Amino acid sequence: MTKGATRPAWWVGAAALLAVLPWVPGLQSDFGRSLLSQMGIAAVFALSYNLLLGQTGLLSFGHAVYFGLGGYAAIHLLRAVNGGWPIPVPLVPLAGAAAGLGFGIVFGALTTRRGGTIFALITLGVGELVRAASLMLPSFFGGEEGVTASRTEAPRWLGLDFGSQLQVYYLIAAWLFVAAILIHAFMRTPVGRLCNAVRDNPERVEFVGYDPRRVRFIAFSVAAAFAGLAGGLHAINYEIVTGEAVGATRSGAVLLMVYIGGVHHFVGAVLGAAAITWLQVSLSDYTSAWLLYLGLIFMGMVAFVPGGLAGLAMIHLSALRTRAVAAIARSYLLALPFALATLAGAATLIEIAYRRSTQPEAGALMTLFWIPMDTAKPWPWIGAAGVLALGAAALARIRPRVAAAWERAAEEIHAHA
Amino acid sequence: MREIVVFSLLNGAVYGLLLFMLSSGLTLIFSMMGVLNFAHASVFMLGAYLSWQISRWIGFWPALVVAPLLCGLVGAAIERYGLARVHRLGHVAEILFTFGLAYVIGELVIMAWGRNPIENRVPASIDFAAFRIYGTSYPFYKVLMTMISVGMFAFLWLAFKRTRVGLVIQAALTHPRMVSALGHDVPRLFVLVFAIGSALAGLAGVIGGFALLTEPNMAAALGPIVFVVIVVGGLGSIPGAFIASMLIGVVQTFAVAVDYSLADLLRALGMGLPPGSALREMLAIKLSQAAPLIPYLLLVLMLIVRPRGLMGTRDT
Amino acid sequence: MPSALAAPRPEPAPVALELSGVHKSFGATPIIRGVSLAIPRGERHAIIGPNGAGKSTLFNLVSGRIAPTRGSIRLEGAEIAGEAPYRIARRGLSRSFQVTNIFPRLTVYENVRCGVLWPLGCGYDFLRRCDRLRDVAERAERVLGQIRLADRRDTLAGVLTYAEQRALEIGIAIAGDARVILLDEPTAGMSRHETENAVELIRSVTEGRTLVMVEHDMGVVFGLADRISVLVYGEIVASDAPARIRENEAVRAAYLGDADA
Repeated sequence: MTKGATRPAWWVGAAALLAVLPWVPGLQSDFGRSLLSQMGIAAVFALSYNLLLGQTGLLSFGHAVYFGLGGYAAIHLLRAVNGGWPIPVPLVPLAGAAAGLGFGIVFGALTTRRGGTIFALITLGVGELVRAASLMLPSFFGGEEGVTASRTEAPRWLGLDFGSQLQVYYLIAAWLFVAAILIHAFMRTPVGRLCNAVRDNPERVEFVGYDPRRVRFIAFSVAAAFAGLAGGLHAINYEIVTGEAVGATRSGAVLLMVYIGGVHHFVGAVLGAAAITWLQVSLSDYTSAWLLYLGLIFMGMVAFVPGGLAGLAMIHLSALRTRAVAAIARSYLLALPFALATLAGAATLIEIAYRRSTQPEAGALMTLFWIPMDTAKPWPWIGAAGVLALGAAALARIRPRVAAAWERAAEEIHAHA
Repeated sequence: MREIVVFSLLNGAVYGLLLFMLSSGLTLIFSMMGVLNFAHASVFMLGAYLSWQISRWIGFWPALVVAPLLCGLVGAAIERYGLARVHRLGHVAEILFTFGLAYVIGELVIMAWGRNPIENRVPASIDFAAFRIYGTSYPFYKVLMTMISVGMFAFLWLAFKRTRVGLVIQAALTHPRMVSALGHDVPRLFVLVFAIGSALAGLAGVIGGFALLTEPNMAAALGPIVFVVIVVGGLGSIPGAFIASMLIGVVQTFAVAVDYSLADLLRALGMGLPPGSALREMLAIKLSQAAPLIPYLLLVLMLIVRPRGLMGTRDT
Repeated sequence: MPSALAAPRPEPAPVALELSGVHKSFGATPIIRGVSLAIPRGERHAIIGPNGAGKSTLFNLVSGRIAPTRGSIRLEGAEIAGEAPYRIARRGLSRSFQVTNIFPRLTVYENVRCGVLWPLGCGYDFLRRCDRLRDVAERAERVLGQIRLADRRDTLAGVLTYAEQRALEIGIAIAGDARVILLDEPTAGMSRHETENAVELIRSVTEGRTLVMVEHDMGVVFGLADRISVLVYGEIVASDAPARIRENEAVRAAYLGDADA
């Protein structure tokens, strides 16, 4: 937990940022605001998962269960509101949170008896259980088409009808802010501190008088509640909830978000949510291989950058204050063209392979990196492989220089510590 | 009626053996390295695809040998060049690495063979009836599958209990530095273990590719069930994995044959249905429809009754 | 083997920790073969013995990490054999570990504070801010001062030096004001100077409490202990005042050797 995050100035700044974002040039369109809304929902979900994994050390492969069940609860409530219940739309996500909490308590009692690997497998099993059940109970889950409702057929709240994406974004942003404050406060209560202790050393926790299973159970239930809240926001945003909301893909996505963003840091969850949402939305337009890229990035992060984007940012920020920063910057500049070449070569190979196997009907001609290619001929393959090999070889030569610059920076940082 | 029972039993046993083939390799890797290999089912899928491809080039029987070997090499490469770097970061990092790997292998399969299922038909050389029961013939390839899985079980039991290498590897799991000080090359041992586990998965894939649809979603469909098997059987226990696989295989296959629901049962007992559409809906689900739930219900039941599994030996 | 009671006292002090016929086997291998020991309140008791004698196993049995195969363990009269560690800890027994067992990603202050939370009645509170709890903060700061790590208050425990981590290890064990404290090789791996500091620390923080200590450093043992028990192959072969242990023939043969201890 960073000390800086406790200062009120940070919260005010965050609130201001949230308020200003939909007016930033480039994001002012409906598409931009819709993207921001999706990021906001993902951020709430990711914060809840950070509570589970980053703060309590519980790796779950089925967290989407609580997101989805919360979404379903919210959308059913919204339907009731459409039918006349006098509940203002901004309060509907609370139904999601309540459902998340309820199911979290029920499933949590079962799953948190063990930690570590077994816990991870159990969450996987429960996730599959709920997903399979969702196809069998159409009255709650709506079958293949899901459940729909309208967010505008509701009593107006302060004159707002939530018809426009802008209003929906502010609703999501407000709940995100509230969720962040609540989770942050929770982490500073005795139970919250014990969550960190259980993450670090569950055995020692027992010897100071606490049952780690109980601590995990509480963390699990709270995380499920916030996941349900995110699900409720999802229901309002899309006005439909389908079975994929409890599915393995969504569980995997939030895991990726939190880990890539930085599992140790509160802010990493938000960063990761924003980054992955953006990738999901925009990258899938450009390439059908985006899941492969995402998987490779994830694997790379796990192996080489365990601190995630947030960790990376912090390391670079602390390196800025050293004298070695110039050497680091120079080595980066030197490596940049070769890194780009390696990536371009690899991407080309991947893209033309995908084209030939998944879209044969689109023909053999394609344009990559502004170069037209005929994928039926051998030369694009050879050319791309060559660029990749040369780039990788050059990077291998430059790597010691980067490593040396960082070692100098690390020495300086340690000397000041 | 007897036909249904016999065929369900036979098919259930075959499905159970397929699950066992997968879970045994996974248990091998877990027991000896502490790594839960999420990409195991993906290597299984790779085996199915590779065997299809190689069969097209040089025939089925060579493919039966070459495909698992290739999968073993892939496993060795994964450990040597990827996972070896991740061991020092802890078990969570290892699981996550293989989790990402599962995605990547899945996408590579799509990259090579496309998104649609491939026509993985039983090759002519094994496409005959092994025997006939009640007038229906039972295919030989399922018998082959049985023989291969029994062979796997024997191989693993021997490897665990009887060989020096097995003992050394088990020691290396808890005391790698000591084993290394005794002169054994621990990283190389890990590569060997991962290679063998992956080869077993690939072998399962060769046969499994006929029993199931060979398509990019294979791994995601079967993977979770395999994890249920090892949790129910007890983490780290091969006999437990066997029992759990057979249990799930047979029960689920029987369930698919039962076209009755709890509502039918109530009616047969002369009782009325309770009011409330949601409850009615649940009671009207036929057992055959609920079959996919069975492994997970078993998991939940096991967690309530006996959390360490049927024959669990390891703790997390 | 002789029953381990000290020379008669004028009035019997209540027994803080009593082991009766404690056995522990792992599979077919017996590790603890019938240990009986009674430690009066306020005594500083050391357990010594060769490696593999079962000293850490004994600690694990008492603190609840493992359950005895047979026998009874009483803490201030209440039976605790086989109970979960957290229940035993709540009854007023705490321990430190031979292999440092701290919370590496928490700060030194937070490490100590973890030991304070339950004894001060925080329970599973999720409504109040930990920082605002005055009595918790005061106790944690006091312990921090006692283990002389106040200037490392905000450092992550994982980056401390070895000796600092050992001090923190003790700090967590004493933070909760436990009445019975088990210290497992507290000075292991320390230099002469660090050991002297550690002994001073142990002496001051265990004032008025019952201390049971496993140690290899005979200087520490003979300097601190009121009574010493010698554990060899899972059995107590002698239990007596330090001077008499030093002269005990059997102990010298099995453990101390004839070179000066």
